[in-house]
Amino acid sequence: MSRRLPEVGGVFLQMEDEIASMAAVIGASYAGIKSMTATSGPGFSLMQENIGLAVMTETPCVVVDVMRAGPSTGQPTKTSQQDVMQAKWGSHGDYEVIALTPSSVQEMFDLTIEAFNLSETYRCPVFIMTDEIVGHLMERLNIPEPEKIQLVERKRPTSPPSEYLPFRAGEDLVPEMATFGEGYRFYATGLTHDETGHPQTDSPDEHAKLVQRLCDKIRKNAGKIVKVERVFLDDADVCVIAYGSVARSALSAVVEGRERGAKIGLLRLVTLWPFPEEAVEQVAEQVDRIVVPEMNYGQLVREVERCAGRKKVTFLPKLGDALHTPGEIMAHVLH
Amino acid sequence: MSTAYHPLEDYTRRGMIPHIWCNGCGDGVILGEFLRALDEMKYDMNKLVVVSGIGCIGRISGYTHTDSFHTTHGRPLALAVGLKAARPDLKPIVISGDGDLFAIGGNHFIHAARRNLDTTVICSNNFNYGMTGGQSGPTTPIDAYTTTTRYGNIEHPFNLVHLAAASGAIYVARWTAIHVKRIRESIKKAVNKKGFSFIEVITPCPEEYGRRNKIPDPIENMKWLREVSVVRSFIDPIEAVVQPDKIVVGEFVDIEKPEFSDLLWEKTRSIQAMLEKEGKVTNVTI
Repeated sequence: MSRRLPEVGGVFLQMEDEIASMAAVIGASYAGIKSMTATSGPGFSLMQENIGLAVMTETPCVVVDVMRAGPSTGQPTKTSQQDVMQAKWGSHGDYEVIALTPSSVQEMFDLTIEAFNLSETYRCPVFIMTDEIVGHLMERLNIPEPEKIQLVERKRPTSPPSEYLPFRAGEDLVPEMATFGEGYRFYATGLTHDETGHPQTDSPDEHAKLVQRLCDKIRKNAGKIVKVERVFLDDADVCVIAYGSVARSALSAVVEGRERGAKIGLLRLVTLWPFPEEAVEQVAEQVDRIVVPEMNYGQLVREVERCAGRKKVTFLPKLGDALHTPGEIMAHVLH
Repeated sequence: MSTAYHPLEDYTRRGMIPHIWCNGCGDGVILGEFLRALDEMKYDMNKLVVVSGIGCIGRISGYTHTDSFHTTHGRPLALAVGLKAARPDLKPIVISGDGDLFAIGGNHFIHAARRNLDTTVICSNNFNYGMTGGQSGPTTPIDAYTTTTRYGNIEHPFNLVHLAAASGAIYVARWTAIHVKRIRESIKKAVNKKGFSFIEVITPCPEEYGRRNKIPDPIENMKWLREVSVVRSFIDPIEAVVQPDKIVVGEFVDIEKPEFSDLLWEKTRSIQAMLEKEGKVTNVTI
């Protein structure tokens, strides 16, 4: 990005730490441009403070986390899917975010555009939760003509500065966003605030109203945000639910299983947060068993269990810089 | 019927005054002098963004009728870097406390100064964390009593003007809350400079710091600052001491240096020009 951004009229900054990176991303977004940062596990931990600020100030921005093995410094540059819960719960307080998880180089490209579009639509940070395997993958990539790429811009104020209420939202729960330097002279704060943006630190009602809106603008639009891919699920008895690079192994396992006559299918999660509850509930009604392979010691499987009712969910962990092989997933499915 | 009108009314945000600051606090002096400076300069208020951190003075971004951002603790300068990189035509003014800028935000301070970010940093230094109950911080003098130094502080404090100068600031000054006119003149000078300017304002905190250090009375605090302050402009900032019996104030640095956002965008423009010359089409333009 350091090489590419100036070539296309942008700028790239190397900040002093990831706390500063996330703060700078917010500052740039309020100045009216699209901004993003990229990191790995420990850096993602440092960003959590200002991710909370981005949520509270409804800042459109994108964060890429190439997940590696933790806790702490763990295994630098070794693959994992250990930050998927951090993406949802990493900063303090109640909030909702959007997190996408690419499985290929093509999806890395497509979902980056999607992430910016979602962040501009819902005025929230959007995460691209990928892993080291996808991060270092080299494969075919089709870049569409620029005019064929659909870009979404944040809603701009429709009222003059004297009447502008920076945090008043209509039915879609997303406020119009002015840009610094345009004469709106508005105030953004990490404190609980009302529609004018003024602090409301003593009002339980204002706090409830704000936090509910920040969450509901994502929750109530989950149907529009969530994306999954269904493979061989129509007549499946067993469903593998996977995401990221693990989904590629899972797909091989499913294809191979089908060739051997096993009725298995794959539900690939493209969106991690908001969690694809409906898709998992649907599949749970249909199949006898759900298998969840993850490169961690049990994270998103908890969400699957929550949505699977009484259906049997089995978990297949993988730790220590290794991807599940299709054979391992297959053996687990047939077990 | 006539209504009372404050000459700075247009510069303050409607519905946000009165402020939260205690009687005798110097934060009001900083707010007043900052706004008077802008008024005297006839500064374009649409080209200025006030960014603050957490603490008593952190609330100032809500009081100024400007575009303003009240950030997380210690992070106003980091946010200002992104703001300035995106919109070089805007001037971020960072107004925050000694704890915010030099403890939790210390790293961002030295790096923003090193970059020569075009900003004016006004630091309200009250020697402690006033808002959260008077804990010690990076500027608490040796032997001073705070809620977390019950037997007297044993840690060496930062000399902020020395730190700012060593980090690369192009303008550095220190005043106290009694030097109202000097503060205003320094702000005017600093805001007009292109690069990282720093003004420390030593501020009484009668409620928290004063009560624990035998100066609980607001007037006594002001008298103390008047008695111990000596103007020694352009001496080596390392010698500009802050002691109970002597506070050296004045201007200590006033130089010129290429600025961060200018250099950043110059680079992008030169790369764009080079690509155009080579006939390579770029698909995005700003």
